[in-house]
Amino acid sequence: MGAALLKTDNLQCERDDRLLFSGLSFEIYSGEVLQLEGPNGSGKTTLLRILSGLFTSFEGQVWWQGQAVKGCRSEFQQDLLFLGHKSSVKNTLSPLENLRFLMGLQQSIKEDQLWWALEQVGLAGYEHVLCRNLSAGQKRRVALARLYLSDAKLWVLDEIFTAIDKKGVAQLEALLEEKARSGVAIVLTTHHELAMKNIQILSLGRRAA
Amino acid sequence: MSIGQLSESPISEPGSEQGLFSILGIVFKREFLSAYRSRQELANPLVFFVIVIVLFPLGVSPEPDFLRAAAAGLIWVAALLATMLSLDRLFQSDYDDGSLEQIVLCAQPLYLIVLVKTLIHWSLTGLPLIMLSPFLAIMLNLESQHIPVLMLTLVMGTPVISLIGGIGAALTVSLRSGGILISLLVLPLTVPVLIFGAGTVQASIDGLPVMGHFSIIGMMLALTLTLSPFAMAAALKMSVSD
Repeated sequence: MGAALLKTDNLQCERDDRLLFSGLSFEIYSGEVLQLEGPNGSGKTTLLRILSGLFTSFEGQVWWQGQAVKGCRSEFQQDLLFLGHKSSVKNTLSPLENLRFLMGLQQSIKEDQLWWALEQVGLAGYEHVLCRNLSAGQKRRVALARLYLSDAKLWVLDEIFTAIDKKGVAQLEALLEEKARSGVAIVLTTHHELAMKNIQILSLGRRAA
Repeated sequence: MSIGQLSESPISEPGSEQGLFSILGIVFKREFLSAYRSRQELANPLVFFVIVIVLFPLGVSPEPDFLRAAAAGLIWVAALLATMLSLDRLFQSDYDDGSLEQIVLCAQPLYLIVLVKTLIHWSLTGLPLIMLSPFLAIMLNLESQHIPVLMLTLVMGTPVISLIGGIGAALTVSLRSGGILISLLVLPLTVPVLIFGAGTVQASIDGLPVMGHFSIIGMMLALTLTLSPFAMAAALKMSVSD
């Protein structure tokens, strides 16, 4: 395998006077799936936000393709897909308009691709319904439709299976597996039992001795 | 809703990177669209503006000479407060639903996106207010030759208020009671615009040259237009970091 896509060096993070983790170093290669494990409050979300560059008060270094992320922020962001706790779906817009905006921030996209992606996540027929009238799971699915279209090399996914039904979870896992095979590196957290194979696990929340 | 099998995307070629202008275009369309969908909220500052000015003669004095003297200052104070009122909404809904994170993570410069957002916000709140101001000026007995001066000061001055207020909105977006804080943070900074905005009209009424006043407001506009987007972008990055 070539150089690591993403590498962290001695990450340490404190929140509210509590040490979340320290000395955390790991590498993620293209095509790998890394699952962060740990009890609630163990710093999984914080770590994902550090990796994506949203959270900046930490010590240590994050390297992107051999360069410090600080030095190549815009190249890194071009290659990053981040799905957070909040679905980033606007209630006053329809699924189609939401997806057009969210995708458009990153890459140029054709209209029929948007329709196709919404159909994949089971929102066919809901394209023009305002999102405030959709259920929590359906709103989440609007955000998840981005996974079908994204060209990003690194996916950072925080609890994406929340509010998704069993069938939907299975379908998403299949998608993640397929994308990983095509070379996407995926970092995710979930409390679901994943059926995927070849997952690297990183456990957080163990007290340092 | 049943979910089908994974099927191939209709177009499998990878999309290209988005250029700066197409992203700004996308932001532009989306802002207008979501503003249009919640247009009742846009009316609030306007209604406030009109009510303050309509009530003033009833509460203080309907004397025409008094109203003429007070007109410029009154319209400016009302415009300032109305713009302030609308500003806490600038980033709030984007923060609440998480799309602010996506905007911050966009590879294009954040300050330009923020500048576009603020200017759209101004065109939806400040501009209608300026359109209404001549009618209110007539109501307050301001002579018609001073009305263009008043409007021009508002055209140059209200964007300054929006741009300064945007910094406050960006700083307080992650706080619960941001509204009061914005006023505390930002109102002192907007006082110079108020003084020179109302002062210009007063100078015009007194028959003095107004070009100097306009130059100063123009300078404030140029300064805030170029500098405040950077401050807003930095403040937003801090706000999403929690």
